[in-house]
Amino acid sequence: MSPRKVWAIATKELRQASRDPLSLMMLLGVPTMMLVLYGYAINFDVRHVPLAVRDLDQSRKSRDLVAAFVNSTYFDLASSVGADADLDELTQRRTAKAVLAIPEDFSRRLAERRRATVQLLVDGADANTATTLMGYASSIVSEANVDLRAEVEGRPVEPTVSYEPRVFYNPELRSTQFLVPGLIGFILMLTAVLSTALAVVREKERGTMEQLRVTSLKPGELIAGKMLPYLLISLIATVLIVVAARILFGVAVRGPYLSLFVATFIYLIGALGFGLLVSSVAETQAVAFQVGMVASMLPAIFLSGFIFPIRSMPIVLQAITYAVPARYFNVILRGVILKGASLLPYWQDVAFLVLYAIVVMGIAYSRLTRPEA
Amino acid sequence: MPAIEVAHLVKRFGAFTSVDDVSFTVETGEVFGLLGSNGAGKSTTIRMMCGLLTPTAGAIRVLGIDVAKDPEGVKRGIGYMTQRFSLYDDITVGQNLDFFGGVYGLRGPALRDRKAWAISMSGLVGKEDLLTRSLPGGWKQRLALSCSVMHAPRVLFLDEPTGGVDPVSRRRFWHLIDALAAEGVTIIVTTHYLDEAERCDRIALLHAGQLVSLGTVSELKDVFAGRALLEVACPRFLEAQERLEREPFVLEAALFGTRLHVVVEDAEAGRRRIREILTADGNVPAEVERIVPSLEDVFIHCIESADAARAAAASPA
Repeated sequence: MSPRKVWAIATKELRQASRDPLSLMMLLGVPTMMLVLYGYAINFDVRHVPLAVRDLDQSRKSRDLVAAFVNSTYFDLASSVGADADLDELTQRRTAKAVLAIPEDFSRRLAERRRATVQLLVDGADANTATTLMGYASSIVSEANVDLRAEVEGRPVEPTVSYEPRVFYNPELRSTQFLVPGLIGFILMLTAVLSTALAVVREKERGTMEQLRVTSLKPGELIAGKMLPYLLISLIATVLIVVAARILFGVAVRGPYLSLFVATFIYLIGALGFGLLVSSVAETQAVAFQVGMVASMLPAIFLSGFIFPIRSMPIVLQAITYAVPARYFNVILRGVILKGASLLPYWQDVAFLVLYAIVVMGIAYSRLTRPEA
Repeated sequence: MPAIEVAHLVKRFGAFTSVDDVSFTVETGEVFGLLGSNGAGKSTTIRMMCGLLTPTAGAIRVLGIDVAKDPEGVKRGIGYMTQRFSLYDDITVGQNLDFFGGVYGLRGPALRDRKAWAISMSGLVGKEDLLTRSLPGGWKQRLALSCSVMHAPRVLFLDEPTGGVDPVSRRRFWHLIDALAAEGVTIIVTTHYLDEAERCDRIALLHAGQLVSLGTVSELKDVFAGRALLEVACPRFLEAQERLEREPFVLEAALFGTRLHVVVEDAEAGRRRIREILTADGNVPAEVERIVPSLEDVFIHCIESADAARAAAASPA
């Protein structure tokens, strides 16, 4: 391989990119923009949910319970309704996502030391939120129980088993902390695949590829020359994303930057190789764009553990995730960014990324060197 | 040693035979034209010679190297330019030359010298920093030629290099080709312009994948030796063509615009008979003159006799 020839291609590629500031801005700016959009849009935190209350008891005890719900900050008191209210309609008209119904004998039963029941109606249209709400409500009610027992016994009650969870790495369980590494994996995959695929297919479309094939250029030189500039641009995009994640979402890289760089580098080689593979299938830029979009974006979102936990997928899909590089990259990034780990504990994931890069580059190479029939 | 030897070259795409048993040799320093209509197999032939396509059968040696065995060895010694002027539109003239020079492994003073030579040869002095996209077609064409000879190839393949370019630019381009040939570069050019074909040292005429004629322009015109070509002008020329084709003394009758070109054995007897026949039909000819055959007459004659031979071979006589 002649470095001179590789350099000639890389310079040409960068010169073309600089002549096209719009595309360059896309490559550099879109990743950060996507981080901002997705970072704010994808948020699994459930807070300030509108709650309607039907308190038929209207006692101090019932008001205490409502206060416990509101003070948790998970719920906001949206409305108080009377006995004749249609509870169904409250959720249908979306004035409330949950309704707390307290029966009229609530305080009387408590005073008689009998079991009192309250009802929580939850809008199950959004199953994730509903599940989370039910969890919150049950812990609010059990805390209220402890207080009530203490009041009745006239002294503080010690529960037999006390449960004190402590969450590491993301103590507030904010979903952005957990999503940002996944977003980096997804965004880099998308831009790296599209940029290389389009760069190669553009040459096919304009007929310059044929010109290159008549030169004594070796396929390896062409591939290296095409990949270098986009590797550089993707690495710059990564720096921009990391900085933006820090500023906008307070997601700091706790682990060594070298680990982040090495993992990203290997991941990008695989992604660029996949872009070459796409370019060997597509004959026009439009096709390359569509194939590249679908083939890079969908697995990186759905099969990488970015949003949906891999463990809860059907077995077949779980098996497919082993071929999705974002799966390994997400695990590594979460380790490096959130846990402050180095690559050492993740050597298996790194090994898979290396394997992926080698296999994809190998297939792309053999497809691009195959002579025309 | 000839620059190029092509022997029994065949290329099939499925059931379609694009190039059918074509053989010829090209001498060093020759300007060799591949002439034929669209789909005659010109581009396919040239692309096989460059190693871009693998032949179905037959052998090609370029500069003494077997293309099938050592395509990389061949590529080092050849240049290639297509009608698409494969340049990068979004970078400058100089950057295009830098790129193609670099791809051929030139750098430093060697690259600078060759670039300066290419720019002066193609008449693009002072235009180095212009964006390639902004160049007129003729300039782009000369730039594309410069790019394809940055590595000083000994054989240059030009696949319809003058497509879509105005006549003045075409003329200028052919001066460049002549200059390169004078330096000893062997040039193979495909074209369907007959005036361009006239500028070639030798011409191979391709029709439906077959080589129907090969030689210098005057050799090709020799097909009419011993026969006469008459030009006929009459009012109902289509009817006249049909009528004359039925006469045994008429060897060929082809339409050229609104006139007929008729091949006969004997000029005087032919003129007399044509006048008689057409006058009897009330299609009185304004003119029946003997003319010197043009390359176009040769071209049409060759194609028609090839088609006739094929039809005769196909019918179970």
